[in-house]
Amino acid sequence: MKVELRAIRKAFGSVRANDGVNLTLEEGHIYGLLGENGAGKTTLMKILSGFLSFDSGEIRFDDEVVAIRSPAEALRHGVGMLQQDPLDFPAFSVVENFLLGWRKGRRLDRRRGKDLLRKWAEGLGFDFDPDLPVSQLTVGERQQLEIVRLLALGVKVLILDEPTTGISLSQRETLFRALKALAEGGKTVVLVSHKLQDIEELCSRVTILRKGKVVGELAAPYRTEGLVELMFGQIPSLVPRPQAALGDPVLELQDFCVEEKRLCLTAVTLSVRAGEVIGIAGVEGSGQRLFLQGCAGLRRPSSGRIFLKGIDMSAKPYGRFRSEGVAYLPANRLEEGLISGLTLTEHLLLSRKGSSFFLDRNEAREEMTSRIRSFRIVGEPETRVEFLSGGNQQRALLSFLPDRLTLLLMEHPTRGLDIESTRSVWTLLLKRREEGTAILFSSADLDEIVERSDRILVFSGGRMSTIRRAEETSAQQLGEMIGGRGL
Amino acid sequence: MRMEKVLANRLLQLLLPFSLALLFTSLVLLWAGASPIEAYGNMLRGAFGSREKWADVLVAWVPLVLCGMGLAFTFTAGLWNIGIEGQMILGAIGATWVVRLLQLPSYLLLPASILSSLLAGALWSLVAGILRIYGKVHEIFAGLGLNFLAIGLTNYLIFGPWKQPGTATMSGTEVFPSQAQLPNFGGLALGPVEIGIAGMAIGLTAILLRGTLFGLKLNAIGRNRHAAFLMGLRIDRNLFTALALAGGMAGIAGGIQALGLFHRLIPSISSGYGYLAILVVLLTGSRVLWIAPVAFFFAAVIKGSLQLPIEMHLDSSLGGVLQGALVLSVMLFRGLQSRMLKEKE
Repeated sequence: MKVELRAIRKAFGSVRANDGVNLTLEEGHIYGLLGENGAGKTTLMKILSGFLSFDSGEIRFDDEVVAIRSPAEALRHGVGMLQQDPLDFPAFSVVENFLLGWRKGRRLDRRRGKDLLRKWAEGLGFDFDPDLPVSQLTVGERQQLEIVRLLALGVKVLILDEPTTGISLSQRETLFRALKALAEGGKTVVLVSHKLQDIEELCSRVTILRKGKVVGELAAPYRTEGLVELMFGQIPSLVPRPQAALGDPVLELQDFCVEEKRLCLTAVTLSVRAGEVIGIAGVEGSGQRLFLQGCAGLRRPSSGRIFLKGIDMSAKPYGRFRSEGVAYLPANRLEEGLISGLTLTEHLLLSRKGSSFFLDRNEAREEMTSRIRSFRIVGEPETRVEFLSGGNQQRALLSFLPDRLTLLLMEHPTRGLDIESTRSVWTLLLKRREEGTAILFSSADLDEIVERSDRILVFSGGRMSTIRRAEETSAQQLGEMIGGRGL
Repeated sequence: MRMEKVLANRLLQLLLPFSLALLFTSLVLLWAGASPIEAYGNMLRGAFGSREKWADVLVAWVPLVLCGMGLAFTFTAGLWNIGIEGQMILGAIGATWVVRLLQLPSYLLLPASILSSLLAGALWSLVAGILRIYGKVHEIFAGLGLNFLAIGLTNYLIFGPWKQPGTATMSGTEVFPSQAQLPNFGGLALGPVEIGIAGMAIGLTAILLRGTLFGLKLNAIGRNRHAAFLMGLRIDRNLFTALALAGGMAGIAGGIQALGLFHRLIPSISSGYGYLAILVVLLTGSRVLWIAPVAFFFAAVIKGSLQLPIEMHLDSSLGGVLQGALVLSVMLFRGLQSRMLKEKE
């Protein structure tokens, strides 16, 4: 089946996730869809597989325009997508998951299901026990199950979203071997990834997306530098950077480990000095968030120690971190940082110390007015935060921070902001730095990391793989390190 | 232009659903072979036909308002305090316990038993809170379970340790001595203490929720618990406080049922007012000043519908049909409205 996407547009609010994307997929090939986080890869594939609707454009299968309104409809046309987090039912057994979505017959025929499952799995070199509950499988095995399930449902176009995240090396080999076999058998495979290595190893053609647009289409073999440049745009050469005087160490980590269900951040040893800016680079979900939350006291270290200005904070609660002058600003400003439905003044009343029990709203409004002025927020004290633009939300968050901060932890400080807002946010951050606040931030923008940091941490798969001095690093090198090369 | 829009919105939010509910109830009445106009006339007379009837409406209004105010706290904090019914029952038990325990003059006994009803309701709500916060049991299920436990406890007490001398009966415990009965306005079921307490509850709730940092914190927690936590708010403590306030107010409502109305502990001491108050708060949200009038309307419907069996041989549960239809249609219109807004975007 030939698949054509024509001039697909999709906006989320003011963000254009797909801005007129064209893509043609022919039978029997493995396609790569490459781009950094937020480039629009997943959105495009979710549109093709019916998980998202689109604003304009058209989808053609074998030169016929089709309407895909749901994942079930896409499956009927033969398009199936393996999501980044497998959409299975952990409480059910493998065979029960396999049988879900079968449209024929009412009776749940487990025996026939098992036979079919075995046949499909053997054909692809997969191996799992059909009676095991899915909750006991590894991520890689759950992926395999999902692939088998989709194929058994008659999928001709198989889309995989970041399939190599969180699986072992041997599972990766098995997966790649299976995908190659499928392509040889005439299926179309689409691999969504931001890992250069995956693309180079597997895909015969690659389409590169940046900021919702197709910026290049290449056929194998690829030049790594070419791919990096297309992914991240023009990479500027090293810029001279102002030196700032650093103070005493404020944050010290000794063999610091944090764990989450899917990800375990392995031991980090690091010392951060007052006024130092550290950028954290890496593919999203490589442990940056876990690391920042661990430093903020939101997650207890599973082993190792964390010291703030010499005090051992390893077993202290979040509230204690806050009172020691630690602040954490999450990536989702409106979901985690601010409270929709409340006004700027109300946020000020809640976040500053020493608000009296009986509220003095007039006084707070005046205070907020002056902060609005000094932080250049476009809005009124009585504006509800959800009506602020992204840049104003970020400046508002910064305006609520206490006067004296030891350590500021930020995820994606300028994500979604325009150039002007980005500059003003960094002006505010650098002022903090001059006051002696150490800043740790994660970002998908390599230029931002290289330009703003003193040192750079690179994370991949829950490992802090490298610490580098920013002045000795170019965005190009950084891009390759993230892509899993040139460590 | 903007005023018109606001007005149109109000109309959509109130008048339309109200008409829809009336229409639905009228259809039910017609189906039962009765004249809707006659039925509504009877309900009006049943609610406001005489001094006594006015008083009866207020007797139902007081517990509805107390529970409604309590629920305003938990609602603001984002908790579904279904356990309000059980908290009310425990309040009645708490009051009865003090009445049976202490031999005191009225001016000491009544405050003591009202205080006891407050504490009993608050403690019962904290059980739900502990289950919620430390046991990860959703408060809806915790509350529902505790409601059944509270009913069981009442029946056990009435048929066991607190049974009437001689034989235990469904009619409840022994009647309280006169010093344990709330005073009333000459011959009416209503007294000054109940009205005073309801008024104080309204005032206290309005001030706490609208004018204090505590109210603002509950609001923040209710809207986004995670963000509130990141902002440094103490979530558990505030949720417990909200629950305790709700339980305390519901407890007093139960205490008043025992001390002021039934003068004893009976099996269905709460009259279902806790659940009804949940409907009231569903209609008003936690807008405190709306709770009182809506509760009044509900109370009038309850008392007014009692007239139906007497005058027209209809079942008084028609009042419930009207209340239920009203809540459902208001929610329906709210849903439709937000859907329209979404589609406009």
